[in-house]
Amino acid sequence: MNPMVDLRGVTKRFGAFTAVNDVTLPIASGEFLTLLGPSGCGKTTLLRLMAGFDTPTEGSVWIGGEDVTHRPPYRRPVNQVFQSYALFPHLTVMENVGFGLRMQRVGAAEAAERVHEALALVSLTGLDARRPHQLSGGQRQRVALARALVCRPKVLLLDEPLSALDAKLRRSMQLELKRLQRQLGITFVFVTHDQEEALTMSDRIAIVNAGRIEQLGTAHEIYHRPATRFAADFVGQANLLEARLLLQDADTVQVSVTGGLELSLPLAAWPAGATTALLAMRPEKVHVSRARAPADFPAAATNIFEARIEEEIFQGATDHLVLVTAAGTRLAVVVANESAYGEIFHAGDRVFCALHADDLVVVRAE
Amino acid sequence: MSATLTPASRRRWPSGIQLLDSTLSGWTALVMLFLYLPILVLVAYSFNRSRLNIVWSGFTADWYRRVWENGPLLRAAQNSLVVAGVSTLLSVLLGTVGAWLLHRYRFRGARGLQTLVAVPMVMPEILMGISLLILFATVGMGLGFSAVIIGHVTFSFPFVLVAVQARLKGLDPAMEEAAQDLGATPLQAFWLVIVPCLRPAIVAGALMAFTLSWDELIVTFFTTNAASATLPIRVFGMAKVGLNPMLNALSAIFILATIAFVFFSDYVKKLGR
Repeated sequence: MNPMVDLRGVTKRFGAFTAVNDVTLPIASGEFLTLLGPSGCGKTTLLRLMAGFDTPTEGSVWIGGEDVTHRPPYRRPVNQVFQSYALFPHLTVMENVGFGLRMQRVGAAEAAERVHEALALVSLTGLDARRPHQLSGGQRQRVALARALVCRPKVLLLDEPLSALDAKLRRSMQLELKRLQRQLGITFVFVTHDQEEALTMSDRIAIVNAGRIEQLGTAHEIYHRPATRFAADFVGQANLLEARLLLQDADTVQVSVTGGLELSLPLAAWPAGATTALLAMRPEKVHVSRARAPADFPAAATNIFEARIEEEIFQGATDHLVLVTAAGTRLAVVVANESAYGEIFHAGDRVFCALHADDLVVVRAE
Repeated sequence: MSATLTPASRRRWPSGIQLLDSTLSGWTALVMLFLYLPILVLVAYSFNRSRLNIVWSGFTADWYRRVWENGPLLRAAQNSLVVAGVSTLLSVLLGTVGAWLLHRYRFRGARGLQTLVAVPMVMPEILMGISLLILFATVGMGLGFSAVIIGHVTFSFPFVLVAVQARLKGLDPAMEEAAQDLGATPLQAFWLVIVPCLRPAIVAGALMAFTLSWDELIVTFFTTNAASATLPIRVFGMAKVGLNPMLNALSAIFILATIAFVFFSDYVKKLGR
């Protein structure tokens, strides 16, 4: 099936600065895709290229199977929810939402009906005559959403639309947006720098860094199998370990990581022919216990080592530990506040650790 | 101890503030008197039966009747209205569009242009008057309404431009994009979204332009002819011949109109908010 949005080899330069560098990104119809990256990484420029506010220096932009590279924003079948909402202050809620229909010369009766439909969709009724300055932040957000949806776009572009809301409201809006997207089946392209937001809502996430897409995948893929150092570091926490090859046998390799800890991992995971590599390991993947009881560890936990707890920071649901192994490798580890073995940890404790070989992911250093 | 001390100190401090209070209000009254006493005297003497401004010889509204019956004076007032109206309209157009272009588009020399636009606001009017006179003489354009209006637009459109520019700075740049995103062409976006957002600034600029044009004397003096003489020109001419209570009456009408105008503009500003 043809992708709904297709960026083909798109580059955008502003003078000497390259904001987007040779990005190819097909987005499927009905997909919820998130562009995730730090500020200044080019994710907003990517969105603006889709909306038509910027024209690529190289490459082409396709929407719904048509080349729209040089088509102005007012003739593209996309609508955007702006970070600042950009509601028109001199118009009422009703007129704001109806603006797009007015531009399309939709008849008054049909327009009124569609506006009310859109407002009902975002659960905002009875405020038709209000002006934007008489609304709360959450209500404005809903008006902006209704104003974009009422035009029935093929693609809805969302530029950090939740960043101005407080944490609680943001959480509920995330779920609501996801529900809305499923219900309408519209392709959503969502821009955010908030990894939690990305993980919560997206079908797929594109990690954007320095104008390039570092990794494109589902939330699970991105979290469990980060492709690059940046992806591992930006989404969630990660221990990044420089590994040096010690020995290699039929199906495993033995490596020594920063600080001297020796670990083994499947041969298949190791880049063929390499002598060094960068490993990423999620802090919650390490099983920790005070008693030496390998039997209690998961059967497949192939790496078992000793460590001392240097720091213990209690965070409520989780306990954050900094471990130093006998060899001198420092690891950040997160355990449930009471470990599976009913243990409570304190700084200074000596513990045994187990780590499944598959939880060591080789990532590209850059 | 402290209980006995507190009332005493309490009594002393307010007296200091009271002193300051009365000094300040006295000063304020003095300033207001300085500002408005001449005007009050002027209005009072417009009802004086005597031709002389110094002697009060009884009440009359006769001077107002004579203003009303003075054909040339009425013609001048009419001229003033036409000049102020047309030059305000042109200033609003030039100022608003100019501010938008300067705000929206980046080009070489924009900064220099910005400065040049602001210069007429501070340039001595006598210089403007002379330079315009030389210009019109050079290009062979006769003096009269067109010359006067061009002159007035020259010094009043920067006021509109500056007011609109200040408003534009505070405007969310996404507003125009949102309009275009919803299907508005750039022209529709400007007309349906940007202009309404700028309305308070446009109205303020227009009122400023109108006021400036309405009582302008010097530039008009250099660019007018007999047929297009404005009210200030006519009044100036009359005053040169000799003070006459008719001028007082005329001024009183002016003042009343100005006050009404100020209240009106305040009202419009409140509507815009």
